[in-house]
Amino acid sequence: MERPHDLGGKPGFGAIDVAEAAEPFHNEWEARVFAINRLLLAAGRYTLDEFRDAIERLEPHVYADASYYERWLLAIEGMTVEPASEAER
Amino acid sequence: MSGVHDHHGSAEMTRRVDALVARLAHRGLVTDAAIAETIESFLTHAKPSNGFRIVARAWSDDAFRARLLDDANAAVAELGIDLSHWAPVTLRVVENTADVHNMIVCTLCSCYPIALLGPSPAWYKSAEYRARAVSEPRAVLAEFGVELPERTRIRVWDSTSEMRYLVLPRRPAGSDGLDEQRLATLVTRNGLIGTALV
Repeated sequence: MERPHDLGGKPGFGAIDVAEAAEPFHNEWEARVFAINRLLLAAGRYTLDEFRDAIERLEPHVYADASYYERWLLAIEGMTVEPASEAER
Repeated sequence: MSGVHDHHGSAEMTRRVDALVARLAHRGLVTDAAIAETIESFLTHAKPSNGFRIVARAWSDDAFRARLLDDANAAVAELGIDLSHWAPVTLRVVENTADVHNMIVCTLCSCYPIALLGPSPAWYKSAEYRARAVSEPRAVLAEFGVELPERTRIRVWDSTSEMRYLVLPRRPAGSDGLDEQRLATLVTRNGLIGTALV
């Protein structure tokens, strides 16, 4: 299955928005997602490769529509679902 | 998602992160205090000034420059800079010369020497930069206002989670006699990614 993340050399992309944000995180929730990921990696809940794989497995339209840290959040949400709640889905 | 919510909206995202934190806290995996401490520690230690110091030292000390190009992990450790990521990473420093200009990208995601440059800029993570940096680097550089002579070769380095790159820019003309502290003020974050000359 083709994954949505392999963008190198893909045609059809326009100009780069080179503007700089004043703050490293645009919103508080982004910083919290960043920190949650660090803590779960440090605790060994999943590996960095598993985290990347979870992002790369997102449906192409989800991947394309989500902001950067929303992809992280989707990946973490998916990897930390407990079996019981998974059954409810 | 129903489409009623703007799911990129900050309030909705905050609600989702609250829910995730509550779920993980319930299982003893995170606390609000640990999250705050992680953010604070990251923003304190991962700063572009680390990268600026490395470049200033390399411009001032040829022996250090040689070590930096040979084994960047060891050279950076000499300066007391913590390169640690979630997993061990190899750092490679690539040097701009009169003939070669280097730039870095992560076509697959967003791998970046975050400990040396701080959080990456939004454009580095954009689909546009990731797609085009490898196929038309000269056009990409022009969008950053960088024009290179036709004869200059552009070498693009595609980062991975295990392998990160840092560009060593050329020392600007007229900077003779400046000490390391002054030299460090000449360096820019984009210069270390390769989307600026210094």
